[in-house]
Amino acid sequence: MSVLPTSRTNYHMHAIEARGLVKIFDGFRAVDGIDLNVPAGSIYGVLGPNGAGKTTTLRMLLGIIDPDDGVRTLLGSDRPLSQSKLVGYLPEERGLYQSMRAVDTIAFMGALRGLPLKEGVARGRVLLEEAGLGEAADRQIKQLSKGMAQTVQLMGTIVHEPRLIVLDEPFSGLDAINQGKLERMIRAQAAKGVTVIFSTHVIAHAERLCERIAIIAKGRVSFDGLVSTARDRLRPQVHLETEAMYGPWRSAIPADCKAEGNWWHFTLPESGAEPLLKALVEGKAGVRSLSIERPGLHDAFVAIAGEDMAALMDQPKDGELA
Amino acid sequence: MIEMIKSAYVIGRRDFTAIIFSKAFLFFLLGPMFPLFVGGAAGALGGEVARDIANPVVGVTMSADNGRALMAARAALAEQMGERRFPELKLLGPSKDNPETLLKNTKNGLIAVLEGTLEKPKLIGTAGHVDAWKGEIALLATYARNGDAMKLAPVETQLVVQSAGNSKQQQLLTAQSAQVLVFMLTMLLAGMVMSNMVEEKANKIIEILAAAVPMDAVFIGKLFAMLAMAFLGIIVWASVGFGLVALAGSAIPSFPTPAVGWPMFITLCIVYFAMAYLVLGSLFIGIGAQAATVREVQTLSMPVTMLQLINFFLGIYTVAKINQPIETFAAIFPFSSPFAMIARAAQDPTLWHHGVAILGQGMFALLIVRIGVYLFRRNVMKSGSGGRVKDAGKRKLFGLVSFGR
Repeated sequence: MSVLPTSRTNYHMHAIEARGLVKIFDGFRAVDGIDLNVPAGSIYGVLGPNGAGKTTTLRMLLGIIDPDDGVRTLLGSDRPLSQSKLVGYLPEERGLYQSMRAVDTIAFMGALRGLPLKEGVARGRVLLEEAGLGEAADRQIKQLSKGMAQTVQLMGTIVHEPRLIVLDEPFSGLDAINQGKLERMIRAQAAKGVTVIFSTHVIAHAERLCERIAIIAKGRVSFDGLVSTARDRLRPQVHLETEAMYGPWRSAIPADCKAEGNWWHFTLPESGAEPLLKALVEGKAGVRSLSIERPGLHDAFVAIAGEDMAALMDQPKDGELA
Repeated sequence: MIEMIKSAYVIGRRDFTAIIFSKAFLFFLLGPMFPLFVGGAAGALGGEVARDIANPVVGVTMSADNGRALMAARAALAEQMGERRFPELKLLGPSKDNPETLLKNTKNGLIAVLEGTLEKPKLIGTAGHVDAWKGEIALLATYARNGDAMKLAPVETQLVVQSAGNSKQQQLLTAQSAQVLVFMLTMLLAGMVMSNMVEEKANKIIEILAAAVPMDAVFIGKLFAMLAMAFLGIIVWASVGFGLVALAGSAIPSFPTPAVGWPMFITLCIVYFAMAYLVLGSLFIGIGAQAATVREVQTLSMPVTMLQLINFFLGIYTVAKINQPIETFAAIFPFSSPFAMIARAAQDPTLWHHGVAILGQGMFALLIVRIGVYLFRRNVMKSGSGGRVKDAGKRKLFGLVSFGR
């Protein structure tokens, strides 16, 4: 079994640390030795296709279920539930009391995390006003649209001003407008120094929001680090259009490049862009167009997790619009 | 511990508020009206039917003199002992017909035929009827034969409110009534708390709760919310009950004082009701936490309900067997203990037994809650298609025994 330091000092560095987390359901290893480090104050994405073990991992990190093996600390404690007042959690499966008023729902969720009920009601009204749902504060959840109800639940997740927010597939089921609102909310929380960790099977969300990611596939972490590090695993791609077809400049272009008429597509050589540019100019290639593109996270994901996993990522979840 | 109590309070407060402002609470309050109404109607109907059923008729084929003497004897004895204690007599006179022919004749409607003489009567009928009435017929024949010589001595009477034998019997009745009341209420509440838990899972709120507070707090909060609702209901029913008693005045029969006295008996009844509910409710809420659908709840709760019925019957059976081994077992076994101890409170003035029993029942309820939480954390929060693929064909009861979905 792994051992983790549980000092307060460490908490200032990492909001979450996990070593060798294992969860077995009826003989099936849903999570198979996961290591994670979530720096305090960062936006951290957990990427993986459906069934990769993301939700089970988050549940173990939060103390909802216990790992069969491995250790984890959450905000410096190896008893995650003891830190629940400092944590906000939005589960993947959204649920609210249908007969409860929106503002009471937010206050109740705050009360679960130690916020006095009156304070929760006051803060709930402010949050709903800020979200443009002020008029819905006294309406029952069953009278709200699905998007509004999801917003109410999100408000309930942050009403007690947590230090760590855990969101499981938060964009699932939201329309484009509400996805934009959620992204802004995540950024706003991070700007206040709150650590945000969210799981997603949509790479674009992670690419837009996260500084760091973990890629999980088949219950294991394939990558844990900066998004830029993941992208830097691949060389930049060069797309070049020339007037000349032949000349000494051709020696600067890799042999395995893909040619389409006067277009040349290839991976930037190890030597970098400068020697290439010099060769093109001095060799009179007649550069019409040149772009050097850094690989996207999707390309990095394919390189790290493989084509199969990338294909699974593109599959919508149950009940989700493709 | 304080944090857990605070969390349980948050959960319980929400549940309590939600329940008492729901239609379900109104039905809960009206609940006792239904058995009272049905019981009253059934009683009235039963009385009506009983009045309509005439006494069985015995045909008398003795001589006319003997027949008249028998009729006179019946009238005299029925006056003293009650009309329904003797069969009706139908004088047929000496008949040429075989007694069996008389019995088969539906017009006569006889259950037996009495022939012979007063000195040597002969009763002919089915075994059951002959056994049931031969004593009464012998008494009638003897009285008819002796006439005034066997005149019954007049009995002078003096009425007292209670006797030791009567009081003991009524204490048993008090105990049984309290047991039935507590059992009915317990089963009703345990069913409600289980449904509440299943709804929580269906609403998908359970994960929010489980992530924020210990599951022990969720279970305990829900249990006590339902208990608080029950107490509110009891206060309403008691108020209505006392109002009716005040209106009825002396028309209400007085019950004998239980062995521990009325105030202590009522207190113990309330405490044992709470303990019976907590013991059973903790089991039911654990089942509710395991089950995903109402169908599963029915499957899982049926055997438990049956077992609880057995425990209740054990409590009822041992009510008159205080300090016998079977009663001691019923008093110790946590599921029957509240019922057995109510019976003790009615008949035995010893109080320390109750302190020990209540402590034991409380600890057992906590143990079941802990087991329920353990099973919940072990079996329920499975997620992701990875888990589901493996689970697709089968599920496990408490994570131990597979059963199909």
